[in-house]
Amino acid sequence: MRCYDLIIIGGGPAGLAAAAAARAEGVTDLLLLERDAVLGGILNQCIHNGFGLHTFKEELTGPEYAARYMEQVESLGIPFRLNTTVLHLSADRTLTYINAEEGLVTVKAGAVILAMGCRERPRGALLIPGTRPAGIFSAGTAQKLVNLYGEAIGKEIVILGSGDIGLIMARRLTMEGAHVKAVAELLPYSGGLARNLVQCLDDYDIPLLLSHTVVEIKGRERVTGVVIAKVDENRRPIPGTETLYECDTLLLSCGLIPENELSREAGAAISPVTAGPVVTDDLQTSIEGVFACGNVLHVHDLVDYVSEEAANAGKQAAQYLQKKNAAPAGEAVPIVCEGGVRYTVPQALRPKAMPEKLTVRFRVQAPMKNRVLTLRDETGRVLLQQKKKHLAPGEMEQIVLKKEVLCAESAPKRLTLSLEDET
Amino acid sequence: MKQEMICICCPLGCRMTVCKEPEGTITVTGNTCPRGRQYAEKEVTAPTRVVTSTVAVSGAVCPRVCVKTAQDIPKEKIFDVMHEIHSAKACAPVHIGDVILQNCAGTGVDVVATSNAPAEPHNAHDAPKIESPLR
Amino acid sequence: MSMEHFDVVVIGAGVVGAAVARELSLYELRVCVLEQEEDVCSGTSKANSGIIHSGYDAAPGTKKAYYNVLGAQMQPELSRQLDFEFEQRGSLLVCFEAERLGELEALRERGVKNGVSGLRILPPEELYQLEPNIAPGAVGALFAPTAGIVCPFGMTIALAENAADNGARFFFEQCVSGIERSQEGYRITTRQGQRFCAPCVVNAAGVFADRIHQQVSQTPMHITPRRGEYILLDKQAGRHVSHTVFCLPGAMGKGVLVTPTVHGNLLTGPTAQDMNDKADTATTAQGMDEVRKKAAQSVQGLPFSLAITSFSGLRAHEDGGDFIVGQAPDSPGFFEAAGMESPGLTSAPAVGKALAQEIAVYLGASLKESPILTRKAPVRLASLAPSEREAFLREHPDYAKIVCRCEQVSEGEIKAAIHRTLGAVSLDGLKRRVRPGMGRCQGGFCLPRTLELLAQELHIPLCEVRKHRTGSQPVMAQPEEGV
Repeated sequence: MRCYDLIIIGGGPAGLAAAAAARAEGVTDLLLLERDAVLGGILNQCIHNGFGLHTFKEELTGPEYAARYMEQVESLGIPFRLNTTVLHLSADRTLTYINAEEGLVTVKAGAVILAMGCRERPRGALLIPGTRPAGIFSAGTAQKLVNLYGEAIGKEIVILGSGDIGLIMARRLTMEGAHVKAVAELLPYSGGLARNLVQCLDDYDIPLLLSHTVVEIKGRERVTGVVIAKVDENRRPIPGTETLYECDTLLLSCGLIPENELSREAGAAISPVTAGPVVTDDLQTSIEGVFACGNVLHVHDLVDYVSEEAANAGKQAAQYLQKKNAAPAGEAVPIVCEGGVRYTVPQALRPKAMPEKLTVRFRVQAPMKNRVLTLRDETGRVLLQQKKKHLAPGEMEQIVLKKEVLCAESAPKRLTLSLEDET
Repeated sequence: MKQEMICICCPLGCRMTVCKEPEGTITVTGNTCPRGRQYAEKEVTAPTRVVTSTVAVSGAVCPRVCVKTAQDIPKEKIFDVMHEIHSAKACAPVHIGDVILQNCAGTGVDVVATSNAPAEPHNAHDAPKIESPLR
Repeated sequence: MSMEHFDVVVIGAGVVGAAVARELSLYELRVCVLEQEEDVCSGTSKANSGIIHSGYDAAPGTKKAYYNVLGAQMQPELSRQLDFEFEQRGSLLVCFEAERLGELEALRERGVKNGVSGLRILPPEELYQLEPNIAPGAVGALFAPTAGIVCPFGMTIALAENAADNGARFFFEQCVSGIERSQEGYRITTRQGQRFCAPCVVNAAGVFADRIHQQVSQTPMHITPRRGEYILLDKQAGRHVSHTVFCLPGAMGKGVLVTPTVHGNLLTGPTAQDMNDKADTATTAQGMDEVRKKAAQSVQGLPFSLAITSFSGLRAHEDGGDFIVGQAPDSPGFFEAAGMESPGLTSAPAVGKALAQEIAVYLGASLKESPILTRKAPVRLASLAPSEREAFLREHPDYAKIVCRCEQVSEGEIKAAIHRTLGAVSLDGLKRRVRPGMGRCQGGFCLPRTLELLAQELHIPLCEVRKHRTGSQPVMAQPEEGV
């Protein structure tokens, strides 16, 4: 059985950045596996701009951003396989992949980086009542058909869910001559970035119906309409508020789910909140030598941060490989979420082994204004405090923890991150 | 005149307040970077947008090549630009940065490729079509 | 207008029509099947529980009891011959009220009368050991070891393919609009303008069987489409139960079943709602709520957050409450299999065999000398022995190109499903044959590639690829570009 030092599963933005970083850290015996016919992942179909301001200090489109990383991977001579699907992964880091050139191949890796990305929540999982005609697409599928295939998917469109891909597609389809009648959002606030509400909906006078949902899909062969109703505070449709929107297409942008079937099969602990693996500060999962980054870890809204996180995973995997026999790093301390903090990634950190500066990313449960973000240890000692003017579930937040502050007195045994009222 | 707006320059989406004095001075607060100020100033005087789309490409491994306006164009010209983009056709090979349309819709701004579209290898008409414009 | 001549015209390519056609195709007969949809298995047969019932449920002496037990007995051998997925998992009818344990015993005795073997009442301890996720408070269960789970698509398609391999012809998107008696027997006209004639007709039209019946026979028949809604859960929940779990019908009405499927998912349902519209297979919020509530009565901790899809099917309930199988009393040569609600799927092979025998006698036909009795399912890489895989992939590299990642379906499997006997012509047809889009992302990833493969293999533009019947194209034709 061929044994590699490092195998990276997924050649999207996370996998590419992880591979480049690991290579830069001196890992030479590595392999990147990508299921699509090209590298770059979802970026290839994200033809809109707004990528790269953080990473490259310029505004790029998705394909341009991907191309930058592909050039790096190529110039570093990182070997990769395209049209290659990983079928199995086990806890001992043995994995089986399949492609047309090699057939079924079982290999072993010193370390594995999970970078499989995420998938969209389909109509079925949303249990939207009604018929099952053609013309119902998840927003990303529609994006692929329109942007990469150049196909038309509909003329009269309704979008359920205000996730970013849905908003981007509202604009894209409008520019392609379709009529986007409305974007309905179950929650009382949008799930997408504020900038996308402005440049994708407001610019084109597309109404955003907050606290609304699709309660019925109509049509036998093709969608002929959807019924939209207002929902109460428990998200239940309010009888009598139903309105029929005649349309031929329903797009769904109702959330992304990290693709952790391989991680689960291998036995990695999965967080019920992020639906991604539970990781420590080194982005290592509960399986030794298996790291995770990007949307498979938790759903991001900025590719720049995916790249940053993935580069860190690549670096951490390299360090893991290089000092395999180093002494154990000590117990990991959990970061408990309170006061509207929904989750953090990493979920735990090792005070002794953590880097000097650690970026912790988190999301909030509901929109909030004027809060104080506070990190305390088990004694209630404040380790970090920041004012937050505006927080929204659709916008990922981050803080930087300094080892010198955390371990100033004694190493904490438990950390609590909370959002508190201003006093 | 005081106006609240959300910056669209980057995904941070800064919430800005723009004040336009009668004598023409514009003050911007709430922005994190100079881009935000620039955007706000434009937005209250002559709003602009970058347009991204795709253009049909012939002789390539993929059916479409991605494009954008090389700079932002006046907002009211978006559909004029789209009209020209719709009727454009590119020929493989196309490289990122190649000009696809010059001076699109009289805006003085070119439309350039944002993805690569390598030429389809000869006598490989039955080779599998790659569905992405990259590589 | 030309007329096609056959010995037998079967109306309907659901599991019953396919079973009849398959059995008829073993005789020296010219057989055809008319189907109003674009593919076999497009009505009730595609949206049901996929259960092979053991046969204790129907009253002794009914056709339901007779064909159910016979059909269940045929299933193991048939599934081997025709290579479709069937697992004899056994079923549990769970009772939660001590005072009603007698009903379990009565059903056991009824089962014995019907000829069901192995029925046994389980005490609670044994029940919970067998099925730990049964809701608390069970007092006993009727265990039926001969019950099983089947892929209803696989079974219907296998029967139809075998019929076609034996010479039966299938005509799709042919909706029967008129049947009249003639010298040769019956003349059938379709809405699409095709004409067929044959001395024998088999009415296997599912919920539409009464409409077909009324064109020929004066005897009363009335079919109510009874809608049943289901929720299908991800494979992650597939081992929540390992048997088919029914709840003893009680004051709360008839319960819903919870069962593993042959593909490793978990299925719950159905509801029962009498409809007027024979085509209304919409799901409803109320129906799905009912499924969730009722399923929780018999099985605890069901992870409905792992739902991947919901669907509904229409069962053909005849007013008499029993199957109608055989020759219509006032119409020689007009045979019927109507009212085929549950246990219709289980009974189909037995009904098919009985009708074919009756028709053969009526027409004086003899069995073919060497009919094709077996059929091979499409190759699934996952089901090949590890030792065979390598060689197979060298020969067929297309099978290493994974298109549907959730169900791990390759390009090779998709192409084969399009090109084999009665191959797929639509996305749904492809899904039912080799499962691209059946998984947790419901085609989110593979739809573009699957559309492309269908277009390529059927030599049609992408905008003509259908989801199911004509008019269901996901991609729209666009005006010619370029000026």
